[in-house]
Amino acid sequence: MTGKSCSLTSQEILDTYFLENRARLLEIASFLDRLDRAADAGEVRGEYRRRAFEKALALLLEPGGERTKAIQLLFSDPSSEPIESALGLKATGAWGGENAGN
Amino acid sequence: MRVIDPHMHLVSRTTDDYLALAYGGIHTVAEPAFWPGFDRASAASFHDYFHQLTVTEPARAARFKIRHYCWIGMNAKEAEHLELAREVIAMLPQYLDRPNALGIGEVGLNKNSRNEIAIFEEQVELAARRNELLLIHTPHLEDKLKGTRIIMDILKNEPRVTPERVLIDHAEEHTIGEIKDNGFWYGLTLYPDSKGSPARAIDAVEIFGPDRICINSSADWSVSDPIATLKCANEMRRRGHPEALAERVFFENPRDFLGQSPKFVLP
Ligand SMILES: [Zn+2]
Repeated sequence: MTGKSCSLTSQEILDTYFLENRARLLEIASFLDRLDRAADAGEVRGEYRRRAFEKALALLLEPGGERTKAIQLLFSDPSSEPIESALGLKATGAWGGENAGN
Repeated sequence: MRVIDPHMHLVSRTTDDYLALAYGGIHTVAEPAFWPGFDRASAASFHDYFHQLTVTEPARAARFKIRHYCWIGMNAKEAEHLELAREVIAMLPQYLDRPNALGIGEVGLNKNSRNEIAIFEEQVELAARRNELLLIHTPHLEDKLKGTRIIMDILKNEPRVTPERVLIDHAEEHTIGEIKDNGFWYGLTLYPDSKGSPARAIDAVEIFGPDRICINSSADWSVSDPIATLKCANEMRRRGHPEALAERVFFENPRDFLGQSPKFVLP
């Protein structure tokens, strides 16, 4: 943890934020279940957004208070060269790699 | 509570939203020029838009005693149309001279393409020449880190632009540190689906401190919330922070950044 501490105690943080984050966790679980229930579930397992999402889930369990930044970096394009043209491209939320066209 | 929202796209909002701002104490707003959700066909469309930003919206806001300022610029989303983009850059000075125009913005990058970079660099040159404040749009999602770094390199290469006169907007957890280390102001955007939440914004205030941070709603034509700054201030109270800290982040900081333009006056 590099920064300043939160103004609340652990108990206060749990009292304030547990329920809303419990609900978010269930949303994520049902999103993954929905992907598994899709007719073509077997074919999309390796899709770059799904792979990035699963790697991000593993980062949630890392200790140290820098999970948010680590997940942001995981989803980011790590390259530094400009792309030739932006025409027809839009951000998808995860970096697809050199040949993914984004 | 007094609040300045330094980034709202009011041309896309209803008059009811202005009423909600007034009821909530958001009495000063600044509207950057941006992309309307479609690519414009000609320079005439930009003339109309800049007229709307400098004449129509201030009048609409004044009905509710809200002070409306704006930023004038050529956005990155339409930079691939190089010829039109350059035609627009040539018309910027006449609108930058208008009484509510605080500087050049929001300009920057969207997908980090060569044409976006060229159009951004030309506007940094214009800002340097005219000594204008700069409001920077950083790319969304996976393109943000790369784009923020390219933008900062361009800005650092222009000695006439000083970092305290630049706000780099839509910062997130992975870009705030580098922006702050380079001496720029930074903006956090409260955008329900794709950017930050009130809780994450207040986390940033706790982690990075209240210096050089401005928090905005970026309320526009997409899913967004014109009173998001009020909800974020409430998040600060929910954590037991003093009222003076909320005043600092939601009023004094945007006042100090925008106030570097002599046109920005509070009553
Ligand atoms: Zn904007």
